[in-house]
Amino acid sequence: MPNYRIHKTEYIDETKRVSFKYDGKTYFGYEGDTLASALLANGIHLVGRSFKYHRPRGIVSCGAEEPNAICQIGSKKDLTEPNVRATELELYEGLEASSQNCWPNVKFDIGGINNFISPLIPAGFYYKTFMWPKSFWKKVYEPLIRLSAGLGKSPTEPDPDIYDHKHVHYDVLVIGGGVSGIIAAKMAAKNNLKTLLVDDKKILGGSTIYQNNENIKIDDKLSSEWLKNEIQEIKKLSNLTIKTRTSIAAYHGYNFLLAKENLTDHLPEEKKKNKIRQRLWKIRAKKVVIATGSIERPLVFNNNDRPGILLSNSINKYLDYYGVTCGENIILFTNNDSAYETSISLHKKGIKNIIVDLRKSASSELIKQAESLGIKIYFNHVVTNTFGYRKINSLEIMKLSEDGNTTVGNKIRLSCDCLGMSGGWTPMVHMHTQSGGKLDFRDEDQVFLPKEKSEDQISVGSCNGDFDLENIIDKTVNKINKFLDIDNQDYQETNIICSKENDKRNIWLLPNKIPLGKTKCFIDFQNDSTAKDIKLALKEGFRSIEHVKRYTTTGMATDQGKLSNMHALGIIADTAGVKMGTLGTTTFRPPFTPLTFGTLVGRNVGKFFEVVRKTSMHEWHVENNAEFENVGQWKRPWYYAKNGENMHDAVQRESKAARDSAGILDASTLGKIDIQGTDASEFLNRVYTNAWSKLAIGKCRYGLMLNEDGMVYDDGVTTRISENHYLMTTTTGGAANVLSKLEDYLQTEWPELDVYLTSVTDHYSTASICGPNSKKILNKLFPNLDLSDENFPHMSFKEDKLENINCRIMRISFTGELSYEINIESKYGNSLWKMCIEAGKEFNLTPYGTETMHLLRAEKGFIIVGQDTDGTMTPSDLQMDWIVSKKKYDFIGKRSLYRSDTIREDRKQLVGLLTDDPKEILEEGAQIVSDIKSKPIDMLGHVTSSYFSPNLNKSIALAVVRSGKTMKGQKLIIPMENKNINVTVSDTIFLDKENKRLNA
Amino acid sequence: MFLINCPFCGERDQSEFSSGGEAHIVRPKQPTELSDDEWAEYLFMRKNIKGIQFERWNHVHGCRKWFNVVRDTSNDKILSVYKMGEKPPVNYK
Repeated sequence: MPNYRIHKTEYIDETKRVSFKYDGKTYFGYEGDTLASALLANGIHLVGRSFKYHRPRGIVSCGAEEPNAICQIGSKKDLTEPNVRATELELYEGLEASSQNCWPNVKFDIGGINNFISPLIPAGFYYKTFMWPKSFWKKVYEPLIRLSAGLGKSPTEPDPDIYDHKHVHYDVLVIGGGVSGIIAAKMAAKNNLKTLLVDDKKILGGSTIYQNNENIKIDDKLSSEWLKNEIQEIKKLSNLTIKTRTSIAAYHGYNFLLAKENLTDHLPEEKKKNKIRQRLWKIRAKKVVIATGSIERPLVFNNNDRPGILLSNSINKYLDYYGVTCGENIILFTNNDSAYETSISLHKKGIKNIIVDLRKSASSELIKQAESLGIKIYFNHVVTNTFGYRKINSLEIMKLSEDGNTTVGNKIRLSCDCLGMSGGWTPMVHMHTQSGGKLDFRDEDQVFLPKEKSEDQISVGSCNGDFDLENIIDKTVNKINKFLDIDNQDYQETNIICSKENDKRNIWLLPNKIPLGKTKCFIDFQNDSTAKDIKLALKEGFRSIEHVKRYTTTGMATDQGKLSNMHALGIIADTAGVKMGTLGTTTFRPPFTPLTFGTLVGRNVGKFFEVVRKTSMHEWHVENNAEFENVGQWKRPWYYAKNGENMHDAVQRESKAARDSAGILDASTLGKIDIQGTDASEFLNRVYTNAWSKLAIGKCRYGLMLNEDGMVYDDGVTTRISENHYLMTTTTGGAANVLSKLEDYLQTEWPELDVYLTSVTDHYSTASICGPNSKKILNKLFPNLDLSDENFPHMSFKEDKLENINCRIMRISFTGELSYEINIESKYGNSLWKMCIEAGKEFNLTPYGTETMHLLRAEKGFIIVGQDTDGTMTPSDLQMDWIVSKKKYDFIGKRSLYRSDTIREDRKQLVGLLTDDPKEILEEGAQIVSDIKSKPIDMLGHVTSSYFSPNLNKSIALAVVRSGKTMKGQKLIIPMENKNINVTVSDTIFLDKENKRLNA
Repeated sequence: MFLINCPFCGERDQSEFSSGGEAHIVRPKQPTELSDDEWAEYLFMRKNIKGIQFERWNHVHGCRKWFNVVRDTSNDKILSVYKMGEKPPVNYK
């Protein structure tokens, strides 16, 4: 096996050999490697196939910008992870990785045929091709596209890993632990500011940490040596927290940032167990220093995507940091000085290399050094083509014309096994723009730079466009002193020597003799978009960068265009003949690198996903086979399946028992608001539609609450407990909102009222017993309570003790039966319930759930707010005009009840519906029409509640129908998928109109 | 994510608050005297300002108090907070 690891470095622990599997084959690397560096050490460049043309692709970079080397990690159904960048994944024993987007394998990929038919699949191919015939979309195109779409495979089972969230506050957050970040963090922390320094890599130091060129020195030491010293220093600072393997995902307003800390991704499987995998840091910082550095740009020329073509500086890092050379015969193609550092490093390690430089000439210390070492430099030359299928084996260069627009002279063919490219550097302005910062364009080297934004955020170092070390350190120190309003002198005496770049030349799309249509000049490697695609988009009339991006998909892959966006912009500007700075950029959206769902969700999984509220009787319901229904966060018994009953049978049994003898309902979830104060009656007058002043103490009243727009908002029974004390009940789902609304009015509109509101929903448990035998059951429970109609009539309230525990008993009814609601302190709820069940045994007291409750109330025509109403129903629409006081001067929503729209006669109004076939049960939500012949069919309304009533032995329904009030007796039609159901409009009350049962 | 300085509790995360829309819309004392148009003006019409806006906020997961906020919608900066019933700061118009 070839070995490209050619020297030892301090970052690779050669005593710790690590075995890993790639595409099923076992390889070895060392602790300290990334998957990418280990693969390169094994001579593997080819790591995947491109998305559209399935061209062989190799590792391009050494960091977060990697477009090609993305792989699938692991094979377990619950732990496998797609789209992991090999350049960021630290190697561990037992790692299993495989390449993506190729079948049957990376070396022979059937999809590669797309490369040969590529002239047929230009930008917008999908939009253009799959337009017609329309009928093909669903059956042919969509399934085909779905088959070939997507990168990698998602796990198919729940993620077993643990994730965590942490909230922190700091005076200063420094993003990026390169030279400028380290300086900023040290200055802040030494000035007693609580500081957090984060870096996405395993160790601090950025690209300076492996810098070893003698032309770049600080205080007479190699810059890397000087920096290591600084790192040792800052580790001693007590108010500096350093988090490595931590990357900022998002920078929100008010200096609120999200960071992802990787805790176990670098550990072997057995060491990961029971540990937190990733932690999401939610950071609030008073000040933020952005020191995220810059990313090297590729160059855009024909066939610039072959395996073995990398960014020049990445070749340098693989060599000096990992000890791995990317080839033995390397060509560096550049338009700036930084590739010369790579060249000199390679030369020192004995790797043959030559330089092709776009610039006509260049003079700096670095270039002089390269020349003196005898490194061959082709100035004013350009790479025009590359060769080699699975790996580059040679390339062609040509001389550039004076203006740089064309090539001149003869082709020179050079052999090589690796090509490094450097198109200059792009400052990482993501964080700055995510925080709302704007950008300036610097023509000289074609970069977007952060425009200083506010007093609480600053960019320093190369993300601010300062590229040489002297500039970086001097400017960082000055800016940080000013930014933090401090006077740190630590770097006053620091002596920096570095090579200064004097010559610049940038060409976004390099010239070629071959017509553009026949070239493959890739801009976005991951999404396979080429210069040709960009030009085509412009030709077809796209102008905005945002449109060109979406049409060509440039910058829309998992790397978010970190390597491609600048070139796309540059080519658009050149083609359209406008200045690049005027085009703007696409939006930099979070996250900077993809986040796992696990990190975002943290601990809120499984039973912690959502709050569950249970009544104190819950356990009994579970033991008695209750099926539960979610009402808001509450778990309410839906029905009790006895002896394997289905829901229909259970509900029929429960509702019959409630009317024939007795039923019991857990009504604890109803919202309860305790209202006290000298103005409590006046307050109720203002919030309900009916009058409250004359309600006697010990009496209950039903109330309807509107929104200011006149629409029904909530309803419930309120009891006057004493002169200035009421207990209001609300719907289960509306409780919290009703309280908020009442508080709003009290605090903002009527602060003069002496009223206090307290939510007591959770403080009381409620058992509601109804049915003809309910009085007998109550009598057994409360033998001393006079239950006669004279003493305790319908809509009244008594207090009594149940074994010394105080109970509030209301004789109120939502079923139309004689009915009592017993309220007790929640901790006694379960005992109360059991005592009721015990007392009711001889009367077949039957527990019933929400479904039976709904059925029973529908028989009586009682509405459920939210089921029979939908925020567009007035009291009049519900045929409840009786509850709207004519006398009261004002209440919430009153004025809206006679707006021109609310007094319309043809509003949708609540009616009853009876099916002509009494066995036919309507579907809730079904549409109602009167005429099915004239098209389009006129929709009159819809069914809101529908049940089979065992007590009436027929199907009943409530519905809202246009002008329904006037339609009693009229025949209507409910068209269903395979039949039309005939119905007759009826009264909304189906049972006991005379209310005899209430006093039975 | 805003950091809102509740006048009763101090600085808290935005997630503890709920927004209540435009501030200083007074509920008419005599709604019955109003025409449909006048009532609609109160009921439906809200400003949507780019720039300095007066808003109501409720510290719903905290002290549950309503209060007013002056916010520049163009950069989301909260310029001032003040209690219900207090006059808006005069320096913002």
